[in-house]
Amino acid sequence: MSRVAREIASIAVLSALVALAAADARAQSIHGLPTEGRGSDTKVNTRVGRPSVGKQEYTRYCAGCHGDRGDGMGENTQWIDPKPRDFTQAVFKCRSTPSGTLPTDQDIINTMRRGIVYSNMPQWRPLPDQMQADLLSYIKTFSPRWKTEKAGTPVAIPAETPVTTESILAGRAMFQKFECWKCHGTEGRGDGPSASGLTDSKDQPIHPYDFTTGTRFKCGTTNADLYRIFMTGMDGTPMASFADNIKGDQGWDLVHYLRTLQPVRTPEATLWKTWLATHAGELKPIGPETGGR
Amino acid sequence: MRMKILASVAMCVLTTMALVPTAKHGAGGSVAGKVTYTGTAPKMKQIDMAKEPSCAKEHATPVMNESVVTGEGNTLGDVVVYISAGGPADAAPSSPAAFDQKGCQYLPHVLALQAGQQLVIKNDDQTSHNIHPMSKVNPEWNKSQPPGAPPIQATYDKPEFIPVKCNVHPWMHGYFAVLSTPHSTVTGSDGSFSLSGLPPGKYTVTAWQERFGTQSQEVTITGTETAKLNFVLKATEY
Repeated sequence: MSRVAREIASIAVLSALVALAAADARAQSIHGLPTEGRGSDTKVNTRVGRPSVGKQEYTRYCAGCHGDRGDGMGENTQWIDPKPRDFTQAVFKCRSTPSGTLPTDQDIINTMRRGIVYSNMPQWRPLPDQMQADLLSYIKTFSPRWKTEKAGTPVAIPAETPVTTESILAGRAMFQKFECWKCHGTEGRGDGPSASGLTDSKDQPIHPYDFTTGTRFKCGTTNADLYRIFMTGMDGTPMASFADNIKGDQGWDLVHYLRTLQPVRTPEATLWKTWLATHAGELKPIGPETGGR
Repeated sequence: MRMKILASVAMCVLTTMALVPTAKHGAGGSVAGKVTYTGTAPKMKQIDMAKEPSCAKEHATPVMNESVVTGEGNTLGDVVVYISAGGPADAAPSSPAAFDQKGCQYLPHVLALQAGQQLVIKNDDQTSHNIHPMSKVNPEWNKSQPPGAPPIQATYDKPEFIPVKCNVHPWMHGYFAVLSTPHSTVTGSDGSFSLSGLPPGKYTVTAWQERFGTQSQEVTITGTETAKLNFVLKATEY
């Protein structure tokens, strides 16, 4: 290609891009949502979310529960428990970021895809990626925090340590020391002494997680998800962040112990059962005025 | 003799040290007075700490709910009195505001601090607490603090009255009064307050009580005088 031809080609590409951008801006103003001042475009997996398109999808799929104004007061809300998220506060349970900070875009997309178990929030995985990105960008117009704050730095999760009896025992000692049992109960049934009166930040009653009835958590299913939950805390609920007091590999010990409380045959539960068969007498019960083991 | 000189030198140094923080605006004027209430104050219930023996044994006398603290002559405690308008735009104090958890209670029950001021939260109990300031304007966080854990440091950027609670011990509640001014104080049960170091000007002084709401009055400072100002809040039953 000659130099002139190359220049003509690049000018053509540039002007095409400019035309596309203009078309996009026009598309937004058609729906009464000027680009400026109403939430910026959001990238998810390189897809750029468009708030104006997201608004229509939101009205179709989300507003019934989360409300037209994003305040969690949709027409279904009165029948729902736990209550739908109020996006105007920009406080989210499932984050990879420290307590008090905004979640990453991917955190919200993950929640959207995964749904929230034991609640009315279904999985939205079937929606095309572009639509999820559009929805996300619209959700972020409900709180001014998205304009003035950046998402927090995700909590570092080290590579998982091997599942050993020592690790499970150390985790059990943490369950005692950090008084997880006060809410989650001495056997992880969610029936601890403080469980009955718990309320979330909107004064709605809320139950601590019962480890003995399932394997899925509100914010994921994997060991890494479990690690993340107690490190970040679940903002807006009584579940606090333990990031100041649990460091690095220590967190895996707690994960390994929590897995033994669950009803399925996890590697942790199998190992623990074998160990308990011969050592059960060595353990002090979890609860007040004891020191764990 | 020598001892006497030494002692007087020491006294001088101490007096100067004590004077320095208040001397920020030269002498300045002051506002002082009392907060009282009219009507019938709600009766505070006794707190049952039986679920937390390590805290229950720290209290020799029954612990009462602290939502309304009163003194003789209908005086009102735990009222935040502050300059809400007209005050000089002073930077936040460099000394941190301290909030302590002791005997499953918050000390103080109401903490006044300035936006941007360092907040340091301690746990002096033998039990785990979670500190859950339920802010709406500022970002909401919730952190655990087991016994012996290092203090939690935080700051708030925007003025807001933030209810604080511990979810593990539901009777524990308090307030962070995040203000845009360093000129604030919290009354004791005798209801008296004093705000000093105010340069001449017209000020709005506001009193805030968690149950009885707010009341504002205007006051003008011309020199180094102490303006008298009393607040009478109306008691509400709930």
